[in-house]
Amino acid sequence: MPHSSILSSRTRLAVAAALALSSLCGAAGAQAQTELVIATVNNGHMIEMQKLSKNFEQAHPDIKLKWVTLEEGVLRQRVTTDIATKGGQFDVMTIGMYEAPIWGKKGWLQELKTDAAYDVDDLLPAMRNGLSVDGKLYAAPFYGESSMLMYRKDLADKAGVQVPERPTWPQIKDLAAKIHDPKAGVYGICLRGKPGWGDNMAFLTTLVNTFGGQWFDMQWKPQLESKPWKEAINFYVDLLKNYGPPGSSANSFNEILALTNSGKCGMWIDATIAASFVSDPKQSKVADQMAFAQAPTMHTPKGANWLWSWNLAIPAGSKKVDAAQKFITWSTSKDYIQLVAKTNGWANVPTGTRKSTYASPEFQKAARFAAAEKIAIDSANPTDSTLPKSPYVGVQFAAIPEFQAIGIAVGQQMSAALAGKTSVDAALKASQVAADREMKKAGYYK
Amino acid sequence: MNRLLPRLLLTPAMATLFLWMIVPLAMTIYFSFIRYNLMQPDESGFAGLSNFEYFVTDPSFGAAVVNTVLLLGSVILITVVLGVAIALLINEPFPGRGIVRVLLISPFFVMPTVNALMWKNMMMNPIYGVLAQVWTFFGAQPVDWLTDHPLFSVIVMVSWQWLPFATLIFMTALQSMNHEQLEASRMDGANYLQQLRYLYVPHLARSVAVVVMIELIFLLSIFAEIYTTTAGGPGDASTNVTFLIFKQALLNFDAGVASAGALFAVVLANIAAVFLIRMVGKNLDK
Amino acid sequence: MTARRRSNFPLGMLALRTAAAWGVALLLFFPLGWLFLTAFKTELQAIAVPPLFVFTPTLENFHEVQERSDYLLYAKNSVITSVLSTLLGLALAAPAAYAMAFFKGKYTKDILMWMLSTKMMPAVGALVPIYVLAQKSHLLDTQLALIIVFALSNLPIMVWMLYSYLKDIPHEILEAARMDGATLWQEVRLVLLPLGMGGLASTGLLCLVLAWNEAFWSLNLSAAKAGTLATLIASYSSPEGLFWAKLSAASLMAIAPIVVFGWFSQKQLVQGLTFGAVK
Repeated sequence: MPHSSILSSRTRLAVAAALALSSLCGAAGAQAQTELVIATVNNGHMIEMQKLSKNFEQAHPDIKLKWVTLEEGVLRQRVTTDIATKGGQFDVMTIGMYEAPIWGKKGWLQELKTDAAYDVDDLLPAMRNGLSVDGKLYAAPFYGESSMLMYRKDLADKAGVQVPERPTWPQIKDLAAKIHDPKAGVYGICLRGKPGWGDNMAFLTTLVNTFGGQWFDMQWKPQLESKPWKEAINFYVDLLKNYGPPGSSANSFNEILALTNSGKCGMWIDATIAASFVSDPKQSKVADQMAFAQAPTMHTPKGANWLWSWNLAIPAGSKKVDAAQKFITWSTSKDYIQLVAKTNGWANVPTGTRKSTYASPEFQKAARFAAAEKIAIDSANPTDSTLPKSPYVGVQFAAIPEFQAIGIAVGQQMSAALAGKTSVDAALKASQVAADREMKKAGYYK
Repeated sequence: MNRLLPRLLLTPAMATLFLWMIVPLAMTIYFSFIRYNLMQPDESGFAGLSNFEYFVTDPSFGAAVVNTVLLLGSVILITVVLGVAIALLINEPFPGRGIVRVLLISPFFVMPTVNALMWKNMMMNPIYGVLAQVWTFFGAQPVDWLTDHPLFSVIVMVSWQWLPFATLIFMTALQSMNHEQLEASRMDGANYLQQLRYLYVPHLARSVAVVVMIELIFLLSIFAEIYTTTAGGPGDASTNVTFLIFKQALLNFDAGVASAGALFAVVLANIAAVFLIRMVGKNLDK
Repeated sequence: MTARRRSNFPLGMLALRTAAAWGVALLLFFPLGWLFLTAFKTELQAIAVPPLFVFTPTLENFHEVQERSDYLLYAKNSVITSVLSTLLGLALAAPAAYAMAFFKGKYTKDILMWMLSTKMMPAVGALVPIYVLAQKSHLLDTQLALIIVFALSNLPIMVWMLYSYLKDIPHEILEAARMDGATLWQEVRLVLLPLGMGGLASTGLLCLVLAWNEAFWSLNLSAAKAGTLATLIASYSSPEGLFWAKLSAASLMAIAPIVVFGWFSQKQLVQGLTFGAVK
């Protein structure tokens, strides 16, 4: 076989194959079934939903579900790029409580219609308010959370400390000092430190809230050098430097979960879903010793614990609104929660969305943290989470598009302060400059 | 006639090449001069140089440029020096050489995100990482790599991933050395160091140029490793220019400023390339 | 090789070299080996302190990966997009490299440099333009889009590497063939291709690996249909909760095909490569 034609015939073959494949891909779209592409986050509850979606497909044989599962940050980037460019790649999007009000106001989302069976009043008011604009619901909450304190009861008992249901920060600092024992491999308290608006800044915002601070005043000017900020951040840096584990400034949820589960953290304040992980004997060495309380407060209880939910929404202008609506109704209904309870037990149902879940006695029995979680969620109010009045919505974030870039810039500074690379004052000054710059560019003020 | 025909045949290929390169570049240039923020679709129009100005006046800009240059330089230096050393080490046969070669090449196949997560959680974590265990074993206090030496940690991760590539290129280059020349020089009484200087290194010069140029291209866009481990921090100690572009493109969704940043990155890369070409690339023309 | 080369080094040096080479290789391979071990552990075992070397292996992570994601779909997409984009790239790059190597003009080096510099632009900066372009051409979530983008990304490297390889082939050989009355095609297939095959192969292999690991465009331009193994990995990294063992398993499954391919072909490469020597 002559050599000279190999390259050219290979090329021809390759191009032909490429064209054939692409036409195959195109042809596959024209079927009688409606295909829904669902973009979702890869947390446990969503993965569970993916597994159980067979039930939905059986009940609705004319709808086929296709899943795209991504990590939170990547998911957000992906769906935002798609919805803003009207890419049309996804029929159902999983969005957070941060996007829902912004996109709803811009008209990017389809309004959700619910029927009596869905019982929209059963949704927790905090959730429903956070996802509606002018009374119209734009996203259905699938899973909701707040933040709370998880602590080792055995260590607290040994130190002779009784942790109240709503502790204060000085009490927590005191307890951390008493149980901090690095030689025995136990650190007093573990807190997030990795830079990110939803990472360390989620926790720090609640800390600043409860110290009486806010992100922006009513003229939208950033307040990062105000007294509450200085007080809060100094407290944080001091607390972790003395009673926290090494490597805190790169620690996010997963790292601290690993530490807590192997018994290295005496206390942890983070998302309520962590409670289900640390009290699960299958993954936690100290499952039976964990106890729960509300997030600590300082000068005010407002905004001390955050509010977040993962929700399902439909992009405006979608051609598959009916099918998408059916799916969203199914996956956020009471029946779905019953389904999960039946297949996996009540301890694993997606929580934080409906009053009926918390009212269920089986749930209360299976989830030791259920009561504390409900109190936390009920007490979080995105429209009133700061001591001085704020122009923005959101407890641990400000629901404005600029917040992501501001959040990570400030988060980086906070992380540097924690690592001791810069003083708290210098970090706050740099943060103020960064925030001011972004707000000016976005035109909030001149 | 003999020269014209090949030229004609090649024109379509060159033209396609040209076109494919030009289109994304042209679009980026266009976007960098207009106002285009995905979250503010009604804002449009000519922006002049304001996108560039905004990108360049980012408080972390200076640090990002320095970090980018440090990252580039360090990884290139480490991979070239170690790559040549390892290639020389395994150049002569020894038992198990095939397996050793395979072991050495493997890290290149790992995806950058996995690479980053692996180093962050398995190796560098100051409590349960492998390095911490080794340090404790020798009685020392474990080093908090990502907090105290963030850029260095990123350099280690990236070098680990690219070392196999450099080693492979140098390995194959060494294989093609002129053995008669080596024999002749040995007969003339040259020792290993002299052989290195006068035979090995000049022969490797071309492949060093290849490795440097290719790494230059890829290392400028290092992003996954930083995003997953330190998120650019603490402070901006591990922020590079690509991270700043990411901040604009995928956090602010400002395509205008992101495009301006991308063009700036190209300028930076070109400057670095010119330097490196001057140092190493005379061999492009040999 | 007919005569045995006398090695520069006596036996003692051989032992030292063997030890050094093995030491370096094992040290560099260690993180990957650890990843391999972790894929067979449970999540709790994966974060155990001190790290576990001895444990009962389990296949549950692989089961989970297989159950949760359509591994075969992703693998198929990876293979198709990597291979086709490499072939496409080679088809475009080879003639161009040939032209530049043998018909060197005044501007050859400048064109080369310029081509490389376009590649230096970080992909994230061009995301929105490319996304919009893909959307308007109805190419979002198709393999074709990925093939084009991968080929485009790797084109400058292919041109550059092929150019370097071809430059090493001395003109005299081609001149001699031409003198013997060979036409252009004969010149290419009887002389150039055999000599340049090593270069083509190693360039192809490099670009294959780069396309295989390419995560940025695969993630952003695909949704449910065209995802590659790099996208598969993205769905296992950093969710809330323990994921380390599962991620290791998913990574192994993602890199296994390319690693195996790479291991086998590198032997061919190293044996068959000339990179400057004249047969």
